[in-house]
Amino acid sequence: MAFSVKLISVDKIYDQGEGLEFQALKKINLTITKGEFIAVIGPSGSGKSTLMHILGLLDRPTAGRYELDGQDTSKLSENHLAKIRNQKIGFVFQSFNLLPRTSALENVALPLIYSGVSGKERLERAKKALERVGLGDKLYSKPNQLSGGQQQRVAIARSLINNPEIILADEPTGNLDTKTSFEIMEIFKKLNKEGHTIILITHETEIAKQAKKIIRIKDGEIQ
Amino acid sequence: MNILEIFSLSITAILANRMRTLLTILGIVIGVTSVILLISVVTGLKSFITKEIQGLGSNLMFVIPGKVGGARSPGGVQVNRLTMQDATNVKNKLAGQAEVSAVVQKVSTVKYLNKIDKDVTLVGVQANYPKLISVTFVKGRPFTISEESGGRRVAIIGTSAEEKLFGTNSSLGKTISVGNVKYEVIGVLEKRGSVFGIDQDNFVAIPLSAAQKQFGLDRLNTIYIEANKTEEVKLVQKKAAAVLLKRLSEDDFTIMTQEQTLSTVSQITGVLTIALGGIAAISLIVGGIGIMNIMLVSVTERTREIGLRKALGATPSNIRTQFLIEATVLAGLGGIVGIILGIVFSLIIGRFITTSVPLWSIALSFGFSTAVGIIFGVAPAIRAAKLDPIQALRYE
Repeated sequence: MAFSVKLISVDKIYDQGEGLEFQALKKINLTITKGEFIAVIGPSGSGKSTLMHILGLLDRPTAGRYELDGQDTSKLSENHLAKIRNQKIGFVFQSFNLLPRTSALENVALPLIYSGVSGKERLERAKKALERVGLGDKLYSKPNQLSGGQQQRVAIARSLINNPEIILADEPTGNLDTKTSFEIMEIFKKLNKEGHTIILITHETEIAKQAKKIIRIKDGEIQ
Repeated sequence: MNILEIFSLSITAILANRMRTLLTILGIVIGVTSVILLISVVTGLKSFITKEIQGLGSNLMFVIPGKVGGARSPGGVQVNRLTMQDATNVKNKLAGQAEVSAVVQKVSTVKYLNKIDKDVTLVGVQANYPKLISVTFVKGRPFTISEESGGRRVAIIGTSAEEKLFGTNSSLGKTISVGNVKYEVIGVLEKRGSVFGIDQDNFVAIPLSAAQKQFGLDRLNTIYIEANKTEEVKLVQKKAAAVLLKRLSEDDFTIMTQEQTLSTVSQITGVLTIALGGIAAISLIVGGIGIMNIMLVSVTERTREIGLRKALGATPSNIRTQFLIEATVLAGLGGIVGIILGIVFSLIIGRFITTSVPLWSIALSFGFSTAVGIIFGVAPAIRAAKLDPIQALRYE
């Protein structure tokens, strides 16, 4: 059976204290299959970040089911979730989130530390991943020696390192200028062609149009 | 993720902030340095005293007036009831089994021409005394038995007394005044150094009978008894006690064997070690609090890093171990630096007084400092492991 992500009637309610509640997601139903390139678009506060956190197993739904590869994730332990994040999901963040004072190579190799891959193999694989995003000549540069676009490419290389089933990108172009943003989108398109499933979260229509499919979200509901 | 990986992670983090690392471990460094140093001084003192005592020979015991550790007479002053008669009784009883030698002692003033040595220790001893306490003559000879029994005016002096009275001139054959009586110097004893700051070489020894006649010293300060056979030490002690008890009560004297003296010394130095080491150990705990403080700051500072690591697949226990090891490595580093400094200082001090760094003190302080790191690292590590990755990633 092909890989799939399936949200079934997912609610997410935040308790804001003093009896106040905020419903970030309402009865979300979503199925994503292997090889898709989906952009989730919506204004700020629409619930798109919450959706990304749930898809990335960083948060659990208040109600409903999240099936990953046919497996119900609601009953999995913290450690098991960490393992799935490590093996099956690649994250790309708006603010890159690279470790400072650490070379591009070691930043990219970081997830492999938690996969139990040996030091030598880690660096070899990290080198290949950096070459895939066109940074084969910046292996030993520290984040502060790289431009924003280059830093985001390091982050993409890091998300690829374990050959994950899905890449979750949360506003990956949010901190970049237009030209660099399109360069980054070209990389995502190339990765998608190579078979990676990509879920992109953005509030920019121009960026969302680069994806194969657009899902609009507003007030916690898919339009 | 194996333990070596976590070690290299924590070393990277520690090296990334060198100045802070240095300040963080300072408390531990000071604590460990003082523990090592104090233990080395006390151990050195113990080995020095032990050597001194063992130098006297293990068959030696001494009878001193009063009860050691026993009840005191009113006013806190013990009445010395030990007399020459007691020494003679013991000597007769133990004939062939042990050598017995009585000693009187007082502080006096000694003169040679215009030079004066005040506060010299004047001892009245018998002819066999030098042999009993195994001292060596640098010059001259001991008293003969006839000199001693005849109360002849001859003296054996220590190197400090010699220097004070004669400077660099020769002392043998010269006449010194003890009180107002003249004595001929016939021997000089080898330098013995000082113990607890008391000069052991500022003394003048004269025949016991002469001392008793001149100063009217009828009470003995010590009776030395040396058993001829090591296996008879206990027996000799018992016999001597039996003889003494015929005339004296149990509270009037104590017989200390070398074994008992050594155990008293080791009790005293043991208490010193615990007391001084304990005080120094308090600074280790203060150092531990410093580490906890910095680790808590570090967790807050690295909130985003922790969130990122979790998103990338670190389990809570990965994070916990990372921070715990970081605290332990910090404390262990402080321990190692402290041990090195402690040994260096102990070597420097060792040029003036005897010091000795026992291996156990190194093991103990390294173990204690890493334990401090683990104990004070737990709270920050748990806090780091509990961070919610979403909150952590959003943290600015």
